[in-house]
Amino acid sequence: MSVTTAPTRSASRSVSFTAAKLPRFAPALVAAVSIAAAALPVLFLGWGLVAWAIVAGLLHLVALPLWARVVEGSRGATDRLVTGLVWAACVIAIVPLASLLWTVVDRGLPRISTTFLTYSMYRTDLDQEVGIYHALIGTLLITLFAAIISVPIGIMAAIYLIEYGKGNRLARWITFLVDVMTGIPSIVAGLFAFALFILIFGPSTRVGIGGSVALSLLMIPIVVRSTEEMLRLVPDELREASYALGVPKWRTIVKVVLPTALGGIVTGVTLAIARVVGETAPLLLIAGLTTRTNFNVFADRMTTLPVLIFTQNANPGIAETPGGMRPGLEIAWGGALVLIVIVMVLNLVARIIGRVFAPKTGH
Amino acid sequence: MAKSITVDDLDIYYGDFLAVQGVSMTVKARSVTAFIGPSGCGKSTFLRSLNRMHEVIPGARVEGKVMVDGQSLYDSAVDPVAVRRQIGMVFQRPNPFPTMSIYDNVLAGNRLNSKKMEKSEADDIVERSLKGANLWNEVKDRLGKPGMGLSGGQQQRLCIARAIAVEPQVLLMDEPCSALDPISTSAIEDLIHELKSEYTIVIVTHNMQQAARVSDETGFFNLKAAGQPGHLVEFNSTQKMFANPDNEATEAYISGRFG
Amino acid sequence: MATTVVAEDTGQGKPRLGDRVFSRLALVAGIAILVALAAVFIFLAIEGVPGLAKPAEFYGEASSFWGYVAPLLFGTVLAAVIALVVAVPLSWGIALTVSHYAPKRVATPIAYVIDLLAAVPSVVFGLWGISVLAPRLSPVYQWLEEHAGWIPFFAGPASTTGRTILTAGIVLAIMIIPIITAISREVFSQTPRLHEEAALALGATRWEMLRLAVFPYARSGMVSAVMLGLGRALGETMAVAMVLSAGGGISFNLISSTNPASIASNIASNYKEGTPGKIQVLIATGLVLFLVTFLVNFAARWVVQRSERRLAR
Repeated sequence: MSVTTAPTRSASRSVSFTAAKLPRFAPALVAAVSIAAAALPVLFLGWGLVAWAIVAGLLHLVALPLWARVVEGSRGATDRLVTGLVWAACVIAIVPLASLLWTVVDRGLPRISTTFLTYSMYRTDLDQEVGIYHALIGTLLITLFAAIISVPIGIMAAIYLIEYGKGNRLARWITFLVDVMTGIPSIVAGLFAFALFILIFGPSTRVGIGGSVALSLLMIPIVVRSTEEMLRLVPDELREASYALGVPKWRTIVKVVLPTALGGIVTGVTLAIARVVGETAPLLLIAGLTTRTNFNVFADRMTTLPVLIFTQNANPGIAETPGGMRPGLEIAWGGALVLIVIVMVLNLVARIIGRVFAPKTGH
Repeated sequence: MAKSITVDDLDIYYGDFLAVQGVSMTVKARSVTAFIGPSGCGKSTFLRSLNRMHEVIPGARVEGKVMVDGQSLYDSAVDPVAVRRQIGMVFQRPNPFPTMSIYDNVLAGNRLNSKKMEKSEADDIVERSLKGANLWNEVKDRLGKPGMGLSGGQQQRLCIARAIAVEPQVLLMDEPCSALDPISTSAIEDLIHELKSEYTIVIVTHNMQQAARVSDETGFFNLKAAGQPGHLVEFNSTQKMFANPDNEATEAYISGRFG
Repeated sequence: MATTVVAEDTGQGKPRLGDRVFSRLALVAGIAILVALAAVFIFLAIEGVPGLAKPAEFYGEASSFWGYVAPLLFGTVLAAVIALVVAVPLSWGIALTVSHYAPKRVATPIAYVIDLLAAVPSVVFGLWGISVLAPRLSPVYQWLEEHAGWIPFFAGPASTTGRTILTAGIVLAIMIIPIITAISREVFSQTPRLHEEAALALGATRWEMLRLAVFPYARSGMVSAVMLGLGRALGETMAVAMVLSAGGGISFNLISSTNPASIASNIASNYKEGTPGKIQVLIATGLVLFLVTFLVNFAARWVVQRSERRLAR
């Protein structure tokens, strides 16, 4: 590929397949020049690396389309500009994620220890070690009960929508309301559970199962949606094959449709769990706050990991050494690392399940 | 154990839409009956009404009578599930259950109905059905492998094995070769020839040569006009249909002069 | 004769019972969803409606409920709009990279990273926002006040902590990027291959192909993606509650700390000192938030349905 002259119409009837085009190495060349050019003001004005990167990026973004405009014309220039912008969007979005993950690991890792993971915050003496064990148990139990409530309802509702309802009025209403539920802000779900429980059990009720109710309100639409999608993917041919063998509808659903969709359904459920495990707002309201480990979701307050992070950040205490990290913040970052690891592991598990349970093709 | 089917003035509706009108015929036991006709003329719909499979589509209903062995299929006391156990079906595209092995696929009809059986009995059914479908020699060493791993023609024969494993009276085949290559097609056609000594077979096909090769009797379906319901134009022995049909439209269709 | 179908038929009571029970169970689950949503409305109404008309002292400086909720609603919408302005172009850019620009071995990891972003809990975003992003942005705000102070958005005085509505909006933006990206990516990659090839066959550049074939097809999906992102940003609690240092009333000044909180973050930060009366006021504001997000989601759905009908025509 090289810079050629523009095709000339006068060249009798021969058709030209070459058009003026920047050489293939043009983007790399412009990038190099931009970086070099950006170094000048950076050196003279004493800006930092970040500024250098930004200036170089902007230069590249402008210079390449300009060059293309001279050689390739305005259409080529627009194309190059958009390509540059699209890639820039990607880079810009990845920066905060990288920063976030790095910060969490950097600040959280030093705090992680067996003590941190196996001690609660309850102490009778200021010198005692503290940890996040109570919050881990709280998160685990509240999420577990949320799953127990929402998974059967979600899957059965999806079965109704796909296998029985098929476009009747009730099914359309349910689909619509599932959409509405998807949009419920988590704090509203928390307020609902809060209103429900204080009405029934008195105004100072704080109990783990309330958190589970709130979370299941957030989980159900996700489970319904993903299950619905998976059931829809099961080809009708399989249902017909089963009916043609004289199998009743419910057995067809249980033995043929659900197993075929199982991988997707389990993935969806796992992702739903991963989504609610990090929820803070509803639990802040209804599950309350405690420093002790509570194994009973049906009585007394229960702290979860996200709530712990929030409250430790809000009341970080005083640093032992001047300039050191405040103890609450240390716990918050340690907890954040644990929480992220839990969520990432859940996501990873979901992916693996999706792959393992995928219908076997034998290839 | 094969049975004959008698159809008397059958109309098939989808909601208010009349899809097939006024079909009467007798399908003989232990023979192959083929339905031919242009696309959309209702021959598949008619086939599916013979084991009440069309009811899977909401709003589908029939008027008229389908008698198998002296009983009306559409009697209010009759359970469609039970009908389908007696009248099996093989579909256009092979559809083995993707979550099951070859072995389990063959047993699916029995297992899904939670029939309890000994291991030896199950092995027996699998071997007999796969042999009946001319597939045994090809798969006997990999019965535990997924059914989806077979070739298209093998998958279709697996589906036939699955259908005959529940020992039905009648086997309905809805264009069973249309998704297969010529070699697999010929294997299936040979199989149909063998199966007719034990089963009543009804086959829908787009391929007139196939109808001529495999069937004893042939029914020609056609639309009266675009938007009109499909109907049975002529029902005769295959020999007569292809040599000297009674109806002009049949002759036009078979000889390819169809407009 | 009667041995075939009827003999089987006598044993038919069982599977039919199974069918009845199973379909009933499925129906009950479906109705449970209706009931749950109705319950949300009813219980929020029971506890919240009294909060609409309390004596003036419950509403702090404002004298009525609407005077109390108006600045909060403004804060909610302002933060969400900032988030959209930042997030939408970035999300579409990423979605296009993944669906059309990047080669597969680059696109897959990018998609994966963005999905990771979706998995990070909001409280961690909040923690990061307050302790990493806010201090970094503080000098930027000072610079903006000095050099762009004539724009009302940057009038200052710039916050020294960086905990402003703009920071909160940016954190929200990072949180909704994955949502908007995921949906847009889906619709972009569902464009019929034939349309794209038709455009390329006319000699279009890649960008022209996107404009000719992809965007018209994906428009409704893109709009609903934005609406869903908006719904999420409106309802998000923790990031705003942690990042924003709230105070003051309605103001478009984005870089000082005189902005109102959002409804959700206001609930999260005030529920603790709440007397039952005060809590009823908070629940009433929650009801307002619910209605707003409901309307946004409803609008999103309407847009999608309308265009589906248009495509079907």
